[in-house]
Amino acid sequence: MAPLLQVEDLKTYFHLRDGVVKAVDGITFHVDKGETVGIVGESGSGKSITSLSIMRLVPEPGRIVHGRILFGADGQPKDVVKMTDEEIRDFRGSDVSMIFQDPMTSLNPVLKVGFQVREAMSAHDRFSDEQSKARVVPLLKKVRIPGAADRTKAYPHQFSGGMRQRVMIAMGLSNEPSLLIADEPTTALDVTVQAQILELLRDLNREMGTAIILITHNLAVVASLCTRVVVMYAGRIVEEGYTRDIFKNPQHPYTWSLLRSMPRLDAARHSKLLTISGLPPDMSNPPPGCKFHPRCRFRVDRCLEEEPPLGEVGPNQYARCWVLMQNALVTQPEKAAAAEVPIPPLSAEPAQIDQRPDPDRPGAVKA
Amino acid sequence: MTLEASPEVESRVVDKQLALVSVEDVTKHFPIGAGLLGGGSAVRAVDGVSFEVRAGETLGLVGESGCGKSTLGRVIAQLHPATSGKVIFQGQDLVPMRGEKLRRMRQELQMIFQDPYASLNPRMTVGEIIGEPLKNFGLARGKERSNRVHEVMRTCGLNPNFLNRYPHEFSGGQRQRIGIARALVLNPTFIVADEPISALDVSIQAQIVNLMEDLQNRFKLTYLFIAHDLSVVRHLSDRVAVMYLGKIMEIADSHSIYENPLHPYTKALLSSIPIPDPDLEAKRQPILLQGEIPSPVNPPSGCRFHTRCPIAQFPICSEQVPPLESKVDGHLAACHFAGQL
Repeated sequence: MAPLLQVEDLKTYFHLRDGVVKAVDGITFHVDKGETVGIVGESGSGKSITSLSIMRLVPEPGRIVHGRILFGADGQPKDVVKMTDEEIRDFRGSDVSMIFQDPMTSLNPVLKVGFQVREAMSAHDRFSDEQSKARVVPLLKKVRIPGAADRTKAYPHQFSGGMRQRVMIAMGLSNEPSLLIADEPTTALDVTVQAQILELLRDLNREMGTAIILITHNLAVVASLCTRVVVMYAGRIVEEGYTRDIFKNPQHPYTWSLLRSMPRLDAARHSKLLTISGLPPDMSNPPPGCKFHPRCRFRVDRCLEEEPPLGEVGPNQYARCWVLMQNALVTQPEKAAAAEVPIPPLSAEPAQIDQRPDPDRPGAVKA
Repeated sequence: MTLEASPEVESRVVDKQLALVSVEDVTKHFPIGAGLLGGGSAVRAVDGVSFEVRAGETLGLVGESGCGKSTLGRVIAQLHPATSGKVIFQGQDLVPMRGEKLRRMRQELQMIFQDPYASLNPRMTVGEIIGEPLKNFGLARGKERSNRVHEVMRTCGLNPNFLNRYPHEFSGGQRQRIGIARALVLNPTFIVADEPISALDVSIQAQIVNLMEDLQNRFKLTYLFIAHDLSVVRHLSDRVAVMYLGKIMEIADSHSIYENPLHPYTKALLSSIPIPDPDLEAKRQPILLQGEIPSPVNPPSGCRFHTRCPIAQFPICSEQVPPLESKVDGHLAACHFAGQL
């Protein structure tokens, strides 16, 4: 079966006065029908630009300079990159829709909520005006807004953050798209509300078969919702695979380190956190070779010069690394062990907190 | 006082049973809509809170946005005057203290802020920012001051060669280190850290968490660590206090809060947090609370949590405010039916 969405060698660059920022640099991934895929990365990794590229909403001066974004599982996929303005308007909202981190800035403050949900449908041709009108209340019920019929007459400011995000989801689903892109949908919300929204997304995925791309920096949220995960770093995919494999057996040192740098609710105190030294690279001047090498504790000489390809490391698991964790744990066991108990007690020389100098970082000790 | 961090601080005796800070029935109300003739109402951000922070410990203060945890932190650090109640620090009540006397107390009591972008003056160099407290308190001048600033910068993992740079030249994590260095330069005993890592990238957070732990061990610091991220709080804290709508719902040592929460709110909060492990996630059964946190202008009667509580019984929960009392072994909870969810 053809995938619902196939992104092929996508490159989205920002042409600035002092150079080109390669925000997304040659990424390839797919989303199957009804699947939930997480795209994880830190700020600047390119995860949001990836989602905006799929919607063709890349802000100026960014441009998709290369690649294809094929959409449609019916054997005749269309390339989003080549769509005309009219086609793209039809595509957005009815085939794919997107919800954002901050629901307040995405809703119009002077229009009633019910009107905004209806407008999302009347902007497209799937439903007649009559049908659109009739669908508003059931949609709000579906996203579990209490007292949905009365709430259609309320304005966004009368809703709490979680309720606004539900309205956004209702609008996103109003035209029954086959793909929903959720960009940090729970980041601005409290944990109890986050749990409600994740539960809602999970149920909607199950009931309506809507595929979901979840963009987030939070690995725990991915573990909770997604069956597959794409890890991005500095505009590239560094690891991809089924969530279970990635979490149990990460092969890229970045994924491996990230999982060990987060405190976990189920871990007792004083299992020391692993620190990833340094900073994500400045994307206008990325390092040569592997983009992660300045921060990688397992790097070898080759990493400094030559960028590794995204290679298959197991069934349906891919990683972009010359070393790979399965080898690093054997050949560099002392570094892996040091990572489990990092940071020796502070001695007389306290400048050891960042272990490795990073030449791009202002606070770094120059080697 | 000597400026080398060592002898005085090394000999600092830390008795973990001793209260360094006692908060007694503190309230903080922000009036709203009051006219000339009074009237109007108030946001009851902190509404009758008592607890203590023991010497040398990290007390984690957690809660959802709007629960009053940041306001409480600022009231303790005397950045907001309390509406009523006492904040006893080293045997003296800070609340009625004013002027020079209070200023002197601040030497011992410092704060680290959430936003490393907003909390540093963009027109001052890093050296000036970190050295300013020394200048204000007349503790060191000239060479002595710059030596101390160098030392603190190294301690916090900053390169002293960048003394003359401005905050905008640093990344978020580095700026947070500057904020920590500024708090540390006076050799305080007590630091209120208000969400110090939540504005940072995931891979940077661990650097700051580890730095704070190292500094605590080295300088025998006491922390009040305010955060909404319960995983980080578990990692850092000896004891944890859970706040909801201006009140403390539960307070106990970290292990018993996380392993055996007694208050239904704590239990729901903990069950809401996803764990980065797909197998455990598949098994996790979150207790989904209905609705969201009510307005602190007009909080619910009785137990403030009764409107969302899965085990509330009426009329007791909507009429009687449950006292924060010891249920087992110094594990305090404010619930009529503690431990029954």
